Amino acid sequence: MSLRIPVDTIRLAVPVLALSALLIAVFWLQPRAMSYLGLNLLFNLAVPIALATVAQMFILAVNDLDLSMGAFVSFAACVTATVLHSSPLLGALILAAAVAVYAAMGAIIHLRNLPSIVVTLGMSFVWTGIAVLLLPAPGGAAPAWVRSLMTAKPPLVPMAIVASVVIALVTHLILMRTSLGVLIRAVGGNQQSVARAGWSPLLAKAAAYALAGTFAVLAGIALVGLTTSADANIALRYTLLSIAGVILGGGEFVGGRVSPVGAVIGALTLALAGSFLSFLRISPDWQIGAQGAILVIVLALRLFLNKLERQERGG
Amino acid sequence: MPDSPSPRPLVELEDARLRFGVVKALDGATLHVRPGECLGLVGHNGAGKSTVVNILNGALPPDEGVLRRDGQTVHRNDINDARAHGTRCVFQELSLCPNLTVIENTRIVHRDLGGFGWRKRARQIIEDSLNRIFPGHHIDSQATVGSLSIAQRQMVEIAMAFSESSTRPRLVILDEPTSSLDATLAGQMLAQVRRFVQAGGSVILISHILHEILSTADRIIVMKDGRVSVERPAGDFTTQSLFEAMGSVAPEEGVTQQARNLSQAPVVLKVPHPTVPFTARRGELVGLTGLSGHGQSEMLIDLFRQHSGNWLPHRNPTVAFVAGDRRLNGIFHLWSILENFAIAALGDLTRRGFVDDAAVRERGAAWQRRIEIRTQDMNQPILSLSGGNQQKVLFARALGTRAPVVLMDDPMRGVDVGTKQEVYRIIREEAAAGRTFIWYSTEMEEVCLCDRVYVFREGAIVAELAGSEVNENNILAASFEGEAA
Repeated sequence: MSLRIPVDTIRLAVPVLALSALLIAVFWLQPRAMSYLGLNLLFNLAVPIALATVAQMFILAVNDLDLSMGAFVSFAACVTATVLHSSPLLGALILAAAVAVYAAMGAIIHLRNLPSIVVTLGMSFVWTGIAVLLLPAPGGAAPAWVRSLMTAKPPLVPMAIVASVVIALVTHLILMRTSLGVLIRAVGGNQQSVARAGWSPLLAKAAAYALAGTFAVLAGIALVGLTTSADANIALRYTLLSIAGVILGGGEFVGGRVSPVGAVIGALTLALAGSFLSFLRISPDWQIGAQGAILVIVLALRLFLNKLERQERGG
Repeated sequence: MPDSPSPRPLVELEDARLRFGVVKALDGATLHVRPGECLGLVGHNGAGKSTVVNILNGALPPDEGVLRRDGQTVHRNDINDARAHGTRCVFQELSLCPNLTVIENTRIVHRDLGGFGWRKRARQIIEDSLNRIFPGHHIDSQATVGSLSIAQRQMVEIAMAFSESSTRPRLVILDEPTSSLDATLAGQMLAQVRRFVQAGGSVILISHILHEILSTADRIIVMKDGRVSVERPAGDFTTQSLFEAMGSVAPEEGVTQQARNLSQAPVVLKVPHPTVPFTARRGELVGLTGLSGHGQSEMLIDLFRQHSGNWLPHRNPTVAFVAGDRRLNGIFHLWSILENFAIAALGDLTRRGFVDDAAVRERGAAWQRRIEIRTQDMNQPILSLSGGNQQKVLFARALGTRAPVVLMDDPMRGVDVGTKQEVYRIIREEAAAGRTFIWYSTEMEEVCLCDRVYVFREGAIVAELAGSEVNENNILAASFEGEAA
């Protein structure tokens, strides 16, 4: 019996390779980026993206798709910059209620067997609407604790890296190690077998949505901590970025196959793509195109490696 | 034994009735299972066996009738109550989560495993059970189920059903548990059933492989049209009488293919190989056999890939494929029967880029008559058919093309005996008319229908048997040759 690399390892190896390749390219173009300050600058904006990606991952784990992610993160950012800043208790309540709405959304999608794409697309207008009501023009201010958290300077390793590692670890624990996580992925894998074992797929789905809502709220808060203000459209591009991040990190659209560590790495890769372009002195207008190109390359690589693996197994 | 005064039944179902729309799934079924007894349940597809299973395991409440567990009438049928009572099920279609590891699937099945360190407990439970039932199974409990072969998945599922956590299994329902297992593994599973029953457990065994039922069950119930039609101790049945009780035609003697000499017929497919080259001739039934999962399906898929267009469809494809795992890669769940049938031959049924509806209907009707797809309306959704009839549609789909070679990937899995006989007849007719069939089967009876058989071991052909050499002993000998006992 030859030693075989498990498929899951390959799945994770590809995004790790992509991130390393991009990072090496950036360091080569700009050696000064290879410092505490440089790394922090490179990855600063990746933290909210990573949180949003992780949120999207919980939704993808149950075979759904959240098209309201960007709008919801913007909404959370607006709440953070206004109500949470002026009256923290009320702000916390609003955000908690928003998470509850997410859970309810999951329950309704399951109960009525609705397509999640339609429901979340509809909800995205609701979130944007509320955000505009809260903050008709860009503005607001970051609560002091958020600001200090996001600009903290831990020794040796910059905050952006620390935060990314913490996000990856926490979500890995939740989704891969706990019973609830197994249950959520099981709903994505085979909902019927979950029901046959006597679990409630409804509760599992609601839990997955609630977790997604929680991490999306954290994304909004982290974003305000970095930008110090908000506007109703601040995070619109997060919808597609978060989906791309999950897929880049080895996740699949169906079948409950997701990887939290991969998702965070995917988010970092996409965030780094922007910096890479500016080092190349290419207009940021090309950023989305570059991110798309990375996605295509990584997915092609994954297919290729999967094929190799299958051939090896076939002998 | 069956005559001895027996303890109170573990589960009883009395005059149960259940309808799905216009279909009467159960029409007054009455049956019971006692502790320490293996009940064999046989019947055609659509006879109501699966519905009985779903009532017993708590998934479906009967419209009418009484369900009793330990003599207590169940008022609200509930999966968790059934599980707490010790009911475990192995379903015909594999029902694990493919994205989770074996251990994680164990966690899902055993709800009470929770709390810190559940992985260790789950691992203990499933590995104990696997080792007990299938010694030397080579299944890594940390592997994702999706990376296991179908046979291994079925082994895991069986081991899962017999595994113990805080509630012990008391009634294990096995719905076609051996359909993907080879003879050795099936034997190990049936031995486990007997051990479990001797220790006081109850088993309901559903299988289309009648000798399994005859050798393992204590009592046999034959179901027909949603009712129990015959109920007798297993000792009172022979294969013949069981066939008759099911109302199907017993296979005539000497149905094994009369030797046909096809060595002069033109070769239609060829795979060069240093030791045993593979050839298939016009009008030939070529069997692929050996232990399950030793490369037979992969060979079929390779053949299909090589002989059908990869990017663009060929105008005249040489091969058509009949999938074994019909849920996974056979049927289009949302489509009608007719659409499911016509898809493979759509190229021939198209005029100027538009689907020729009349031609599709006509050809569909012709095949419906020919292969006897039991439906009033071919426009009904495919899922309205029973499993055996769905499989017939897949056969019709492949046979309805002009492809001279049909590849079959163990297509009779879980198909009832009557349907099988009908399909065998059609295959023989088509072969006589010059079609070539390459047929992977896990059932010896089917392999013995073939003109020539290739035996697989560990991904390669190890032997070729022709004509009168095709028999169980030779095949088993070739399958195990050189393997340490």
